[in-house]
Amino acid sequence: MARQPQPNLSAADAAATAELMARTPPVISPGHTFESVTESISHTVLSKRTGIGWFLGFFVAFLLLMVLNVTIVKLLLTGIGIWGNNVPVGWAFDIINFVWWIGIGHAGTLISAILLLFRQQWRTSINRFAEAMTLFAVACAAMFPLLHTGRPWLAAYWLFPYPNSMGLWPQFRSPLIWDVFAVSTYGSVSALFWYTGLVPDLATLRDRAKTKAAKIIYGMMALGWRGSARHWQRYEMAYLLLAGISTPLVLSVHSVVSFDFAVSVLPGWHATIFPPYFVAGAIYSGFAMVMTLAVPLRKFYGMEDFITMRHIHNMTKVMLVTGMIVAYGYANEAFFAWYSANEYEQYMMANRMKGPYAAFYWSLIGINALMIQLFWFRKVRDNVGLLFVLSLFVNVGMWLERFIIIVTSLHRDFLPSSWDMYEPTRWDFGMLAGTIGLFLALFFLFVRFLPAIAMFEMRTIVPEAKLKADQHG
Amino acid sequence: MKEYNGIEALRAGLADTRGREYWRSLEALAGTPEFKEFLHREFPQNASEWLDPVGRRGFLKLMGASLALAGVSACTRQPTEHVVPYVRQPEELVPGKPLFYATAMTMNGAGVGLLVESHEGRPTKIEGNPEHPSSRGATDLFAQASILGLYDPDRSQTLTNLGTIRPFTSFISAAKQVLEAQKASGGRGFRILTETVASPTLAAQIRQILQAWPQAKWVQWEPVGRHSAREGSRLAFGEYVDAQYAIDKADVVLSLDSDFLCQGAAGLRYSRAFAAKRRIEGDRAQAIRLYAVESTPTNTGTKADHRLPLRASQIDAFAHAVAARLGVAGASSAGLAEAAERWLDPLVKDLQQAKGRSLVVPGDGQPPAVHALAHAMNAALGNVGATVSYTETAEAAPVDQRAALRELVDEMNAGTVEFLLVLGANPVYTAPVDLSFGAAMDKVGVRAHLGLYEDETAALCHWHIPEAHYLEAWSDVRADDGTVSIVQPLIAPLYNGKSAHEVLAAITLEGERSGYDVVRQHWMDSGLVPTAPAREAEDARATPRSAPPAESGRPQGGAQPSVVPASAGAAAQGAAAAQQRGPATFTPAPAPSAFDLAWRRWLHDGVVPGTAFPAKAVTLRSGMSLPPAAGAGQGLDVVFRPDPSVYDGRFTNNAWLQELPKSLTKLTWDNAALVSPATAARLNLVSGDVVDLKQGGRTLRIPVWIAPGHGPDTLTLHLGYGRTRAGRVGNGIGFNVNALRAAEAQDILGRVELSKTGDRYPLACTQDHWSLEGRNIVRVATATQFAEDPTWARKLEVLPPNTISMLPAYKYEGYAWGMAIDQNVCTGCNACVVACQAENNVPVVGKSQVLNGREMHWLRVDRYYTGEIDAPDTYHQPMPCQQCESAPCEVVCPVSATVHSEEGLNDMVYNRCVGTRYCSNNCPYKVRRFNFLLYQDWNTESLKLQRNPDVTVRSRGVMEKCTYCVQRINHARVAAKLEDRRIRDGEVLTACQSVCPTDAIVFGDLNDPNSRVVQMKKSPLNYGLLEELNTRPRTSYLAVVRNPNAELEPVTQGARHGAES
Repeated sequence: MARQPQPNLSAADAAATAELMARTPPVISPGHTFESVTESISHTVLSKRTGIGWFLGFFVAFLLLMVLNVTIVKLLLTGIGIWGNNVPVGWAFDIINFVWWIGIGHAGTLISAILLLFRQQWRTSINRFAEAMTLFAVACAAMFPLLHTGRPWLAAYWLFPYPNSMGLWPQFRSPLIWDVFAVSTYGSVSALFWYTGLVPDLATLRDRAKTKAAKIIYGMMALGWRGSARHWQRYEMAYLLLAGISTPLVLSVHSVVSFDFAVSVLPGWHATIFPPYFVAGAIYSGFAMVMTLAVPLRKFYGMEDFITMRHIHNMTKVMLVTGMIVAYGYANEAFFAWYSANEYEQYMMANRMKGPYAAFYWSLIGINALMIQLFWFRKVRDNVGLLFVLSLFVNVGMWLERFIIIVTSLHRDFLPSSWDMYEPTRWDFGMLAGTIGLFLALFFLFVRFLPAIAMFEMRTIVPEAKLKADQHG
Repeated sequence: MKEYNGIEALRAGLADTRGREYWRSLEALAGTPEFKEFLHREFPQNASEWLDPVGRRGFLKLMGASLALAGVSACTRQPTEHVVPYVRQPEELVPGKPLFYATAMTMNGAGVGLLVESHEGRPTKIEGNPEHPSSRGATDLFAQASILGLYDPDRSQTLTNLGTIRPFTSFISAAKQVLEAQKASGGRGFRILTETVASPTLAAQIRQILQAWPQAKWVQWEPVGRHSAREGSRLAFGEYVDAQYAIDKADVVLSLDSDFLCQGAAGLRYSRAFAAKRRIEGDRAQAIRLYAVESTPTNTGTKADHRLPLRASQIDAFAHAVAARLGVAGASSAGLAEAAERWLDPLVKDLQQAKGRSLVVPGDGQPPAVHALAHAMNAALGNVGATVSYTETAEAAPVDQRAALRELVDEMNAGTVEFLLVLGANPVYTAPVDLSFGAAMDKVGVRAHLGLYEDETAALCHWHIPEAHYLEAWSDVRADDGTVSIVQPLIAPLYNGKSAHEVLAAITLEGERSGYDVVRQHWMDSGLVPTAPAREAEDARATPRSAPPAESGRPQGGAQPSVVPASAGAAAQGAAAAQQRGPATFTPAPAPSAFDLAWRRWLHDGVVPGTAFPAKAVTLRSGMSLPPAAGAGQGLDVVFRPDPSVYDGRFTNNAWLQELPKSLTKLTWDNAALVSPATAARLNLVSGDVVDLKQGGRTLRIPVWIAPGHGPDTLTLHLGYGRTRAGRVGNGIGFNVNALRAAEAQDILGRVELSKTGDRYPLACTQDHWSLEGRNIVRVATATQFAEDPTWARKLEVLPPNTISMLPAYKYEGYAWGMAIDQNVCTGCNACVVACQAENNVPVVGKSQVLNGREMHWLRVDRYYTGEIDAPDTYHQPMPCQQCESAPCEVVCPVSATVHSEEGLNDMVYNRCVGTRYCSNNCPYKVRRFNFLLYQDWNTESLKLQRNPDVTVRSRGVMEKCTYCVQRINHARVAAKLEDRRIRDGEVLTACQSVCPTDAIVFGDLNDPNSRVVQMKKSPLNYGLLEELNTRPRTSYLAVVRNPNAELEPVTQGARHGAES
């Protein structure tokens, strides 16, 4: 959407607007046509040549994926005792990783659904891979609630309500059951939403494919899409509905995840601020992950034209806002620990600040409260390389946040006699690295075999589309 | 056979062959088709059918049909096969219902009476014998853990000679040969080495041998025996006597480095008496005041109202100083630390004010002089006959064991010992290091060892005989007060072990006899009961006693939840122990003799009545020559103590005890050098630093552990570790402190140099945190404060309002189980922890898992310190599941694996648990335990025998926790329903409760207004832990009331609780 100065503005206003226009980068670089958009995006997928960089990256991801496999096999054979969890720290890396991955997923849904409803056109070039990121992150996250149990072969189906001869149901008062519903709903809606959005592009790929195999596979995946007006009409309706369904999920899923903690009696967990604080944190970490993925993606696939500085700026701003909400959450926790006059709450806070894990707490504050203040500066927002590094820091910071919440609350609770320390083992790191491997491997496959940017949606924002609309006016 | 084609043809055939050919017959040689057919058909008749297409199809048809018909035949009724359960049903045995047999366990020269639970012939759990004067239903942790020792797969299982398996008879003939040869010299080269013997029968047997071989000698060696106490009594009275303390009659007690509550055979008795005095009924504060002066923190010290940590060598000087002020002749005074000086006046004043009601108790680790001084002080305070009395010793032959051992080693080195018979002891590991017992062993002609394990001593002996565990063999033992118990077996020896009685009988005059005969004969000959036939036979017949011993049993109101059968015949055979034992009891005598009846009664009751020693009049020797009080020592002092868990090393292979957190350090699986915080700071040490201790050319490398309240400039070393041949559990763990323990300094070693090595050693501690963090978890007030405001403890609680829930409270209509724990009397002795482990099949996880915080104990005893770090107050808080009425664990379980019963129990459904661990996270008391790995041993056969069949053996991935011993509740419920009544108060004793010597744990029905638990919960001291969380715990605690001397401790404002620290 190219902005035109309104004719009835004063000259000064016009000049100011023009200057602002000049400073705000466009959502797509000038000079693109329908053909050029389609060609440059689909070429990446349909090209027979695969870059050596892709192979190198995929190899690393695949190795990490194998680490995951080995870890899971060892876990199933031996038991979760291979991790560092103990009593009192019954949850550690398992749930930290779960919450972290689920949080990361949130940005994708926010971009696809909420920004769609708000008609934010800049979402167009990043929504596809952000949604893919959501899906892969949920896949990584969903592994943990199952594998962290002592007997996953039973948990795999006992956590679902199914009629059985014993007349046993799950215990619906438990937040873990809410989790099961929240995460499974989230996963299925996200998958549906993503796939629905992919259908027109899959048809494009089918039509442009050169090999028979690609024609058949993309053809089957395109579900017979012909691009008729009826198809488009139904598609738009379905997509809008799914966006409407996804929108509350952005808020509800992480709220429910936060209930895992907020519903308990533990100091440091039992806090009413958790739902909004977790949702903000999720979006914050999710945008950081989008940034982490977008920067190399636009660099290596030459997609600077589609993922422009406009996107980078906007994502940075979202991170700044949500990061500030998260920082407010930290301040709030500390304030209420003091204000509650509850000795356990006060000790919990003092222990975070001065206890054995204080270094992690202050790293967390340093990243999530102080470092993000850099995003105020345009120079920082313009420096893509720096933003990449900062986004990695944010990812680490949000992982640390979950570590602080889970481990420091558990390791010293009510009775000093049961206090203990938590130390992760190599299998804990294996699980974390392994899920990163799974995520990256899926992402590498995604960018190689599916269009990482929604071609048909991009076509709606090239000037050509605008012209036609104007002509039809 | 057909005609051959012709001999010529055969000749031709043979001529055609090349080389040498063998032929079987003419037919074979001819190679006729008939022969070929015969060969083909000879073996499996139908084998060739496979070659024939039609035959194969026929075969398949047949197979198909037969398979189908096999299925058809499955529909028919199979013939009934009767299984015969028992050819002879053992008396009283009802499958699924445990039986209890009385027996006794011997340790350190005295016995404790036990009742052992037996399931279908396998002993599974040990309880105290309510009839026994020492036990009164309680036991210490060693007795609790000894059941695991019985089933230890590492026990020695075969008799060996130089490593070769031999029959018992070959040992007998070998030993007899040596002894015959010794006859000439009167046994000059024959030595018997035992531990302290408290068995009258064994002592009589040995004495008989000494008569036959007059030059032979009997040496007793107990590494942590009561050597000083023994010599102290001789110093004071000129003869060996045991002091018996009546703590329940004392108002002021001074403990001089004595752990009289938790160590020694009388510990249970003294604990009970102390608790009776300390327990607070209603608003009445207790009348006892305990002073403890000690170097190593002891459990007794933790119960003291005033505790003075002193350097080990200074306690002697302190005793002298107190004695001098009490006017004891011969007491000299030496320089004391300033803190100790400040104590003297108030202490002496307090003691003198309570003349005849005071008591001075010296510790076994103190030199004989301190014991003599204590005897003198008690005499000076007029306590003799009031709070202290003297009796004969429980050990059969008191003797200066240290001197005797030294003499033995000298003889061994001189080569005059031809035959050394070691019965039960392990001197190669335990003997003083400077005696080099192992080296001296080489110079002995024939060495034989009887022991439970092929230990360090067995390795150096020619012969090793597996010993029968006390639960496998007949014996007898005297308790600390002299009461005799017959030790009866519960099971036939698992590995054909022999008892000391049997070995001695077999190789000497008597010939091979069963232990049963030996013991019974001894008592028949003792003249205690006439052996003539009794007149009123039927009247005295020991009928099975099926009522629980509550009626006759525990005076404090406890009761045993099950049947105690007549032990005479059935128990003697011990269900499974039947085969080879005492046929005498199975031939029913038409008129049993009075002895038979008495014997049955003894076995049934577990005590021989009237055998307690009467008080003995002793007179203090006028001119006691005491060594002068030791001056301030140089360097560091080292104190040697038996380990709180593995004792002197005899329990090193017992995994329960290894993993038991030692009461005050909470260390597991290791020993360490305990050091006071101030000394550690001075020497720049932190817990886990490895140090070298040097003294007199001997060194020991060991990690240190900082123990608050430890005496300054003193290190405590615990014995029993660093063993090389203990078994798979105990080998190579910990540090062998015997390396420093010379004959001259068995208890206290002075002038030790310490140097840091710079190494670190990981020590597995289950409670890292010392402080209460100012939380009102343990609530403490002084007696004065309690008198002013009896309900102070409850005022520290912020209770949530009743209206906090929208739902009405659940009404518990039937039973409402609850527990109250009196922290005033809990000594932290740890017996309950082991009892719980034995009762509930709690697994052992090993050091690395303990280091990781994954120990599985359902019941832990929390230990907290308040006050100064160098002289803190210490509190014990047993922590079972609190069985909250609104339990935080229940609502968060996604699969309803932990649910509330209608009796208020927080039940754990193992089969339903998927192991999310959310319940544990949400438990404010952190009493839940998770099977992170497969901790249970599913494979070792012998360990399977030990498990309680009433309790599920948990698998990997499952959460578990204290159940209030729900299996015992259900046993009682069955009994009650059969009689159509409610379960009586005291009918259900939880495992922790029944073993507790101080009755600190009381369990019962909260819906029964007369139950003891309701009475206890009515106490103004009763409070629930963390009640502000609205968990409504069913377990509650009685706050601690201390009774300090105002002159030593200025009265603080307000009630004391953790907040002051």
